[in-house]
Amino acid sequence: MRLAWSMMALCLWLGSPAMAEALRFDYLERQVTQPPVLSNMSALPEDLGLAGARLGLEDIATTGRFTGIDYWLEVTQVPPEAEFLPAARALLETGARVLIVNAPAADLLALADLPEAQDALIFNIAAPERDLRAEECRANMLHTVPSTAMRADALAQFALWKRWTDVALIAGSYPEDVEFADALRASVLKFGFEIKGEKTWAFDANMRRAASAEVPLFTQDLPDHDLLLVADERGDFARYIAYNTWEPRPLAGSEGVQPRGWSGVVEQHGAAQLQNRFRDLSGREMRATDYAGWAAIAALGEAATRSGAREAEGLRGYLLSGEFRLAGFLGTPLSFRAWNGQMRQPIPLVTERAVVALAPLEGFLHQNSELDTLGFDAPESPCTAFGETR
Amino acid sequence: MIRTLLLCTALSLPAAADEIWVTNEMDDTVSVIDVTTLEVKATYPTGERPRGVTFSRDFKRLYICASDSDAVQVMDPDTGDILHELPSGEDPEQFVIAPDDRLLYIANEDDAITTVVDTETRKVVAQIDVGVEPEGMGISPDGTLQVTTSETTNMAHWIDTTTHKIVANSLVDSRPRHAEFSPDGQVLWVSSEIGGTVTVFDVETKAEVGKIRFEIPNIRAEKLQPVGMKFSPDATKVFVALGPANHIAVVDAQSYAVERYILVGRRVWHMAISPDQTKLFTTNGVSGDVTVIDLATLEPIKSIKVGRFPWGAAARPTP
Repeated sequence: MRLAWSMMALCLWLGSPAMAEALRFDYLERQVTQPPVLSNMSALPEDLGLAGARLGLEDIATTGRFTGIDYWLEVTQVPPEAEFLPAARALLETGARVLIVNAPAADLLALADLPEAQDALIFNIAAPERDLRAEECRANMLHTVPSTAMRADALAQFALWKRWTDVALIAGSYPEDVEFADALRASVLKFGFEIKGEKTWAFDANMRRAASAEVPLFTQDLPDHDLLLVADERGDFARYIAYNTWEPRPLAGSEGVQPRGWSGVVEQHGAAQLQNRFRDLSGREMRATDYAGWAAIAALGEAATRSGAREAEGLRGYLLSGEFRLAGFLGTPLSFRAWNGQMRQPIPLVTERAVVALAPLEGFLHQNSELDTLGFDAPESPCTAFGETR
Repeated sequence: MIRTLLLCTALSLPAAADEIWVTNEMDDTVSVIDVTTLEVKATYPTGERPRGVTFSRDFKRLYICASDSDAVQVMDPDTGDILHELPSGEDPEQFVIAPDDRLLYIANEDDAITTVVDTETRKVVAQIDVGVEPEGMGISPDGTLQVTTSETTNMAHWIDTTTHKIVANSLVDSRPRHAEFSPDGQVLWVSSEIGGTVTVFDVETKAEVGKIRFEIPNIRAEKLQPVGMKFSPDATKVFVALGPANHIAVVDAQSYAVERYILVGRRVWHMAISPDQTKLFTTNGVSGDVTVIDLATLEPIKSIKVGRFPWGAAARPTP
């Protein structure tokens, strides 16, 4: 029955007059070879990010059908062995000006700094690094993926709300683990408690076999804590910490209760509909990078419809204005911070099976938007590329 | 003979009174509230995730959108028995019954379609392609125009009920959830949950004639999320449920000025007015109760515990 309707929808689409105005977006992906992790069963989906952008395009294309805008998405994937910058430059030469980019921070910055990209609008959907929203922010780059600072702040609010303020930390030594651990330290400080003890995970043994013997000893000398934080952004070791600790303690961070931009378990505020559409399209659960891709395109569609703008500059202006509000299925409108281009969003704190809490938690107040209790707020922002927009 | 019998029945059953029927989204039930005693007098099982609910014009049938059962169920309100199901399309969320009491217009949230079902032949009459996540359903009092709002496309789609074709599309603010024609059919009100506004359209020209914004001290603007709407019995006011702001706004139907805000339970969705037109009932999803508001004083007078996540509401006069 569903198929029949889809066919009917398709026919109606094809039958509608082709008088629409065309608006092009580009999805640009820097493919990377995923580093090995201990478990053999956790490959990342190949269409991570892209599937979200495609869903976003489907959603806004329906609006476009009624408003006379014909959106289309050009997809460019740069393989791991190829050079990123020449590919990006070639893309800009073909007229790409609104880019949804799934690439590591260094590539993003190189792209944003290209002379040809100065009048472009770049959406970062994958790189969570602090610096991209701080000293290394760029006026032509907006971020629909939450920063590590936002995620860490969400977790710190949760710990404080639970009164689990005696926390310990185990951090891996990959750069992303160090980044997340730094963010956790800063967040804990921001919300007025401290990390009682820390250890670095530096084992290279096969923990799948040794975890029950090694982890109790490894965690035995941590000071008393209510909650054990883990910084293991690649998903390498933290899964073997759970239930193997010396003291029975809940885990949070990269394992246990995880602050995430999105997760397949988010279902309130109409999210079930978005999840259903995503699963129908991709055959898997929607992840944070997919959500960031969806949000970038949904935001662009909203901006094009409301502002009448069709060029990068006009779209950017509307997105950063107080007018812009995106319905993002998280219970409160999403918008962009005018001081660094970061999208404001609630952060779900999730386990594998359920949403435990949604940050900002009740009681964390702010004079403008409670969402600004997560991540860099205007007064503390070291970003200057966005001018005097505070 | 029948009349005498009915009279006797009425005399022998002191409990006979007007009723408010409420769907409990997370309990898969409907609660029946006695308007005189303000107590729940019956609870009946339904399909999965019941949301939209409405009576046939003769009150002999209750239609229930059982969203997760992909069905519109038809219940006998005298017994609580499910009589049959109507072909509804997938994930029906809300619907509206035509003034002829025959055609039911159903929003299929997961399929971007409005399905038109004949309640007599139990057949699908038409399916109309609308925007993503259709939800709000309104029909003009003369039955010539049906309006479907689509939450993700942010539009009100005006559908000609003779041809079942879209005749106009009006852009509104983010996430439109409900459409309500004024009783005289002159204007259409559309609430936008994430936009935080209500847009009023002139039905003749389909032009926007007003936009209503809300403001409550000490409540964040982004929490003021208008959803359900209901015209007062004399059509001079419109009640607007503000979702997680836990208030009902009372709006002047002529000037569009917000006159006051009434505190109700948590996450208020939809409303029904008692058949004697003296009380307003609001469904409060998170607190799992129904607030009763006295329409003369506009004061809340009671909270009635119902099932989990009450969503839709419909009134039935004394059977």
